[in-house]
Amino acid sequence: MRMKLLTHNLLRSRVKGAAKGYPLAIHATTVETKEADFNPTFIVRMLDRIQWPVVVQAASQVGVSEDKVPQTVPNDPESDQEFLKAAHHLLLEIEVIEGELECPDTGRAFPIKRGIPNMLLNEDEV
Amino acid sequence: MFAIYHKRKRRTGNNSRDMRLKELEGYLQQVRSFEEPKVLLEQYPTSAHIAAHLLYTMDSTYGDVEDKVVCDFGVGGGILSIGAIMLGAGMCIGCDIDDDALEIARANADEFEIDNLELLRVDVGTRHAGHLPPLPIGSVDTVIMNPPFGTKKNAGIDMNFLEQASRICTGAIYSLNKTSTRAFIQRKCRSFGLEMEVVAELRYDIPQMYKFHKKKSVDVEVDFLRFTPTADDS
Repeated sequence: MRMKLLTHNLLRSRVKGAAKGYPLAIHATTVETKEADFNPTFIVRMLDRIQWPVVVQAASQVGVSEDKVPQTVPNDPESDQEFLKAAHHLLLEIEVIEGELECPDTGRAFPIKRGIPNMLLNEDEV
Repeated sequence: MFAIYHKRKRRTGNNSRDMRLKELEGYLQQVRSFEEPKVLLEQYPTSAHIAAHLLYTMDSTYGDVEDKVVCDFGVGGGILSIGAIMLGAGMCIGCDIDDDALEIARANADEFEIDNLELLRVDVGTRHAGHLPPLPIGSVDTVIMNPPFGTKKNAGIDMNFLEQASRICTGAIYSLNKTSTRAFIQRKCRSFGLEMEVVAELRYDIPQMYKFHKKKSVDVEVDFLRFTPTADDS
């Protein structure tokens, strides 16, 4: 229950002046790996909502070795167990505990403290 | 207690069909609430009884919980999120402005060995019209919330919650609101592209939590509302 790469994949910076505010760069100081229940149906459903290239980028930012990271989504992910297991691991089993997220457009840093990203903005940033 | 829930989940591979209402309520009674509720944030906890009934209805009547991505606005101690996950939600995203509430939610989720509740510190009650939550449009299936009623110098905050929810949710938004504001909300929600249905009327027992509460507890009439995108908008 700390920030997973699935959550990171969805998060946007809504700071004033950010055109897209996506993807947020991860600067992690503490990352943990924790086993989670494998639910292939859920993974397949989430593939429609996430940006795979951002998963690849995030995995590299948190120090996952490249051979564990499928570079693209196969044409038929439902029937590709190997891909689904790799995706499951990347999206749900890697947790960022401490660090920060950086808005690509403005450089605004959002701290991650004990696994919870702080996306609050100041009055003058909205 | 929760160990039993996990065994069941592993054995059946499905924690929803077997989870009975009473059982859910029993688990939710063990979820800790705020230690020091904050007046300005109107942190009234949702009781286990109410939470269990709401979630059970959302799941069994409308199919809006199992396998869904659920977002919980004003997650507080996490009772609604934890209950949604017990009923088989694929993932729950709990948002709150208050660090202390998020800590309690995290401790509760850890206690119940729940690993698919993600927490975000976000102001979903923002007064800034047109501001978006930090999640993409259409990224969640269901939103559940027990928003502040907006009686503590924060009038309209419940509608800010609703507007923010309407921006990220593709399916149904569930909310508890004072019955006295029903007609207003019915009109207001149309401007967010939503239509409203009253699922249940309930009495919300707010125990004496703050010094300004003179009575031991106050019954407030509350609607359990379900909002869905208007047909011509979807």
